[in-house]
Amino acid sequence: MAEGAPLVEVEGLSMHFPLTAGILRRRVGAVRAVDEVSFSIAAGETLGMVGESGCGKSTCGRAILRLYEPTAGRVRIDGADVLAADPAALRALRPRMQMVFQDPQASLNPRMTVASIIGEPLIEHTSLDRAGRLGRVHELMDAVGLNRAFAERYPHEFSGGQRQRIGIARALALNPRFIVCDEPIAALDVSIQAQVVNLLEDLQARFGLTYLFISHDLSMVRHIATRVAVMYLGRIVEIARRDDLYARPAHPYTQALLSAVPEPDPATEAMRQRIILRGDVPSPANPPPGCAFSTRCPQVFARCRTERPALREVAPGQFAACHLHEARDTKTAQNGGTEARGPAPRIERVQQGEPQ
Amino acid sequence: MSAAAGPVLDVRNLSVALRTRAGLVHAVNNLSFALQPGELLGVVGESGSGKSVSMMALLGLLPSPPARVSGGPVMFGGADLLSLPPRDLQAVRGRRIGFVFQDPMTSLNPVFPVGFQIMEPLRQHLGLSAEAARNRAAELLDLVGIPDARRRLGDYPHQFSGGMRQRVMIAIALACEPELLIADEPTTALDVTIQAQILELVRDLRRKLGMAIIWITHDLGVIAGIADRVMVMYGGQIVEMAPVTEVFANPRHPYARALLGTVPALRGARAARLRVIEGQPPILRAPPAACPFAARCAEAHDRCRVANPARHAVGPGHDVACHLADPARLEVAHG
Repeated sequence: MAEGAPLVEVEGLSMHFPLTAGILRRRVGAVRAVDEVSFSIAAGETLGMVGESGCGKSTCGRAILRLYEPTAGRVRIDGADVLAADPAALRALRPRMQMVFQDPQASLNPRMTVASIIGEPLIEHTSLDRAGRLGRVHELMDAVGLNRAFAERYPHEFSGGQRQRIGIARALALNPRFIVCDEPIAALDVSIQAQVVNLLEDLQARFGLTYLFISHDLSMVRHIATRVAVMYLGRIVEIARRDDLYARPAHPYTQALLSAVPEPDPATEAMRQRIILRGDVPSPANPPPGCAFSTRCPQVFARCRTERPALREVAPGQFAACHLHEARDTKTAQNGGTEARGPAPRIERVQQGEPQ
Repeated sequence: MSAAAGPVLDVRNLSVALRTRAGLVHAVNNLSFALQPGELLGVVGESGSGKSVSMMALLGLLPSPPARVSGGPVMFGGADLLSLPPRDLQAVRGRRIGFVFQDPMTSLNPVFPVGFQIMEPLRQHLGLSAEAARNRAAELLDLVGIPDARRRLGDYPHQFSGGMRQRVMIAIALACEPELLIADEPTTALDVTIQAQILELVRDLRRKLGMAIIWITHDLGVIAGIADRVMVMYGGQIVEMAPVTEVFANPRHPYARALLGTVPALRGARAARLRVIEGQPPILRAPPAACPFAARCAEAHDRCRVANPARHAVGPGHDVACHLADPARLEVAHG
């Protein structure tokens, strides 16, 4: 594993879904599901992506793998330009980048056996014959902890956790380098979640995988991720190394989000000073001018309502999009010129990864 | 609130069997518990542990067939809910017992304005006039923190966000000032910042109204923050029951201990590897003759596989259904 070399680079990625009206389907606006998102993931690293429903985290994961056609931006995975690739080139890239979906019930064809589900990518992308494919399917079933004897059974005969293992085995079939895990444990029971997360960690160590782990579960992301990106209304509001983000969240939204997670400890819960956010997330079709979080932010001031803050480095390796930090900078630097910093979105620098 | 100092709800030996295509499933077995006035009882367990089915059963909300409810009595307000005629049960539900379900979109009727849906129990159960019901409905929406309440009475469910819809559900449940509120995973479908708002609302409403609450959830963090007492369910039975601080500080059932161990921490030390409960929860095709957790339990011994343990008291208000906590066994070990 090349230390620090980014395997995945995302620059200015936007995914806008058109809103149409009337019988002529005239375009009347757009839902800015993902808006100018930039980040990179080092080889062997797990980037956790957190945020509430509708913040664009799943759309972002899908756009990176070009399951949608993004509106703008550039995505490089393992050196290849994913968004510029023509259909044939894209097909050749597919084995390198795979996805594990949230709902194993919906993402597995109920009329196919486990062997044919896991083996399907092998038909598409390899020249293995029937016996060779079955051998590979058995290998994959061993790797994810499924009993080979169940290869001819159907998805409904398995429990939720086992179905997720089938989905993971399918994603592994073509030896990918990068896997987008989109809420892979959200549909599972607590005692089963730990089994699946441990499996993902084992597979990462064994095959040198790189993950984008999308989840709304902040505790689990703290466990599995090496770095964490926080999304709000289609944008990254903070991105930092895991320990920095959880110990010293810089963005008021990250602070509120962490404070809202109930902890399994009655003593802490009784003592907690919670930041209770008022109101709901605004519509991504009509985001507020200025900072998207300004409508709910407990520390909002005039500038937040008119000017969109850029993502900037507030501590080594920690980036946040918030005017509070800019204001602080200006004060300490005693330099009037700092205030004039342009609102252009800043591309995050490639960072030192910390492969596990 | 009931005048007597006794429990609001007293459930004895409630069992539920469900007829499924794959055969009979014994979803709830010999459930017994009592709820004190003003108390918040948290019910934790994984899917299939019987937590929702048992609460639906005692409200008479399970269609029969496929469900077969047995045992009892379930005493509420001096009557056995299981033997009440449907008409009388109808008068209890919604009036003296309110309930809130997980998904507010499927429990609200999409074709009626929310005002109408809040007014319905008020007119039905309390016989209020349209005018009085409208005023009360506006008060209730205001109570659950919906801004501009009076104007929003005419809005339809889809015009509210998820968190606001759950507030509407709570307003409906509270409409007739019930003595008991049963909330089944009321915040599971919500985002954490919205969940925090709803939990804050419930704490506030308890202070103002003082009703007893049964709160079903799989989220141990939520339980830690709001419950007075906790009931842990596994395989259709209660495996541990204790005051909330006891459950977290001193869990005695191997399942409760393991469950607490599988949840990663948000603060403090970070475990290099998550602890796992191997295997799957059981599907009970027959009434349990052995401990339902025995197959996954790291501390199981021969007796666990042949006898279902009774609940043994291990502390004040704290009991555990585990052979390891059997005082007879401890005497043998020490003697």
